Amino acid sequence: MELIRIKDLEKKYKTGVTAIYDFDLKVKKGDFIFVIGASGSGKSTLIRMLYREEKPTKGSIIIGGVDVAKLRNRKVYKLRRKLGIVFQDFKLLPKLTVYENVAFALEILGLPRDEIRKKSMNALNLVGLKNKAKNYPDQLSGGEQQRVAIARAIVNDPKLLLCDEPTGNLDPETSWEIMQVLEEINKLGTTIIMATHDKEMVNRMKKRVILIDAGRLKQDYAKGTYTHEIV
Amino acid sequence: MKLFRLLGRSIRDAFKSVFRNFSLSLASISSVTITLLIVAISMVLSYNIENISTLIKKDFSIVVFVENSATNDEVKTIEKKIKNMDNIDSCVYENKEQVAEAWKKSSDTFKVIIESWDKNENPLADTFSIKVKNIENIKETAEQIKKIEKVSLVRYGEGIIEQLLSVLEVIEKFLIGMVIALILVTIFLVSNTIKITIFSRRKEIEIMRLVGASNSNIRMPFVIEGLFLGFLGSVVPILATIYGYSALYNFVHLDNISPFLQLAAPTPFIYIISLILLLIGTIVGMFGSAGSVRKYLKI
Repeated sequence: MELIRIKDLEKKYKTGVTAIYDFDLKVKKGDFIFVIGASGSGKSTLIRMLYREEKPTKGSIIIGGVDVAKLRNRKVYKLRRKLGIVFQDFKLLPKLTVYENVAFALEILGLPRDEIRKKSMNALNLVGLKNKAKNYPDQLSGGEQQRVAIARAIVNDPKLLLCDEPTGNLDPETSWEIMQVLEEINKLGTTIIMATHDKEMVNRMKKRVILIDAGRLKQDYAKGTYTHEIV
Repeated sequence: MKLFRLLGRSIRDAFKSVFRNFSLSLASISSVTITLLIVAISMVLSYNIENISTLIKKDFSIVVFVENSATNDEVKTIEKKIKNMDNIDSCVYENKEQVAEAWKKSSDTFKVIIESWDKNENPLADTFSIKVKNIENIKETAEQIKKIEKVSLVRYGEGIIEQLLSVLEVIEKFLIGMVIALILVTIFLVSNTIKITIFSRRKEIEIMRLVGASNSNIRMPFVIEGLFLGFLGSVVPILATIYGYSALYNFVHLDNISPFLQLAAPTPFIYIISLILLLIGTIVGMFGSAGSVRKYLKI
């Protein structure tokens, strides 16, 4: 089953820079895809278009039957509620506890309290942070904070999880732990698209790898290893 | 049901955020408090000046002298004609004996002089004392009365009254202008303070957007917070108005100096001002934060 189909995608910024062009891609449900490429190659732009933070200048991005490229600003929240996003800098609210940070994503949906509690604790359990629910983000390590962010991203059972360099701020060992968590989530059926720099980790995971070079899809490796030199 | 849950959560988040961002909240509250205090003072001031000027205006009267040759019937006709005019509030007739009595009472000097007259020698005239409804038209009314037969003289403080009226008018206009200007300053100051508070929380708004909060999801807690801050900020000015003005009214008696210098009665005046302050505080708070959040929403 196809979850995402990108056709003829182009993104030109107002400054005149073309970040992405001639881009086509199909993603199956349950895929785990790495998007790699040098800094400035356009991989972040691609991810940002997938959650409609950027609007493509041409082409279409169809996610679950909806063309995200045509989505109006006011309706973007409908898309965001169906997917989870994880960032390099975690983007947790420092004044909310771990539990509140996770529950936040459900509260805006107007779910009943019991359901919020159950789902949030499940998500925290999945990332192994059930016992830190009452802590504040600054009391946690970087890896733990990222796991909170992942819990928040998956708490609403999204079909798709987007990760923009989630391990960019973490040491190799912690990065590997995060990958284990993501792998676990992927096994439960969530499609994951992850932009990263970490060549070693990508090779170790043996997943589908997409190489973007200067805004173009250069290579699509079905399984794992890639040999291209990237900066 | 869902709507109530969302509303409830917005209210809870608004309260939480007031306490978690305490120093920012305090900044907003105190800027509301200070400006509303100034607004309250200027409203009290302008209302009292208005009150004094009404007292002064009320005191003005037209005095009409009737010719000595007028018969009783003619006097009655004059009275009737005067009372039929539009601008007449009250019209009191005194014959010359009554006028003489009144003068005797008013000063010892007059008493001695008047008592030296013969009974039939009274040089005073029968008079009407007239209060008008609208002081601005006193001149026209006086002219009209002058045209009545057997009326010899009409006096209404010509010259002085026009000057006084124009001075009072200027003062009133100035004070109303000041109150409006102060309200505008309040709106500006408060919404600016809120803007700064929200600027420091733009990251929060960004994250809300990323996890799928709709624009109204984001706006609601901020609007409620603005309302709450505005409410808290108006508490001190309201208490100051109610208790401060009542105390002022009880302890200061300017009417010893002049009968016109009277403070306006505190009720219902202080409650009206309190209501106005409350409305300004909450509405400015609400719209200030709604407007500031808007900048960080993608619409």
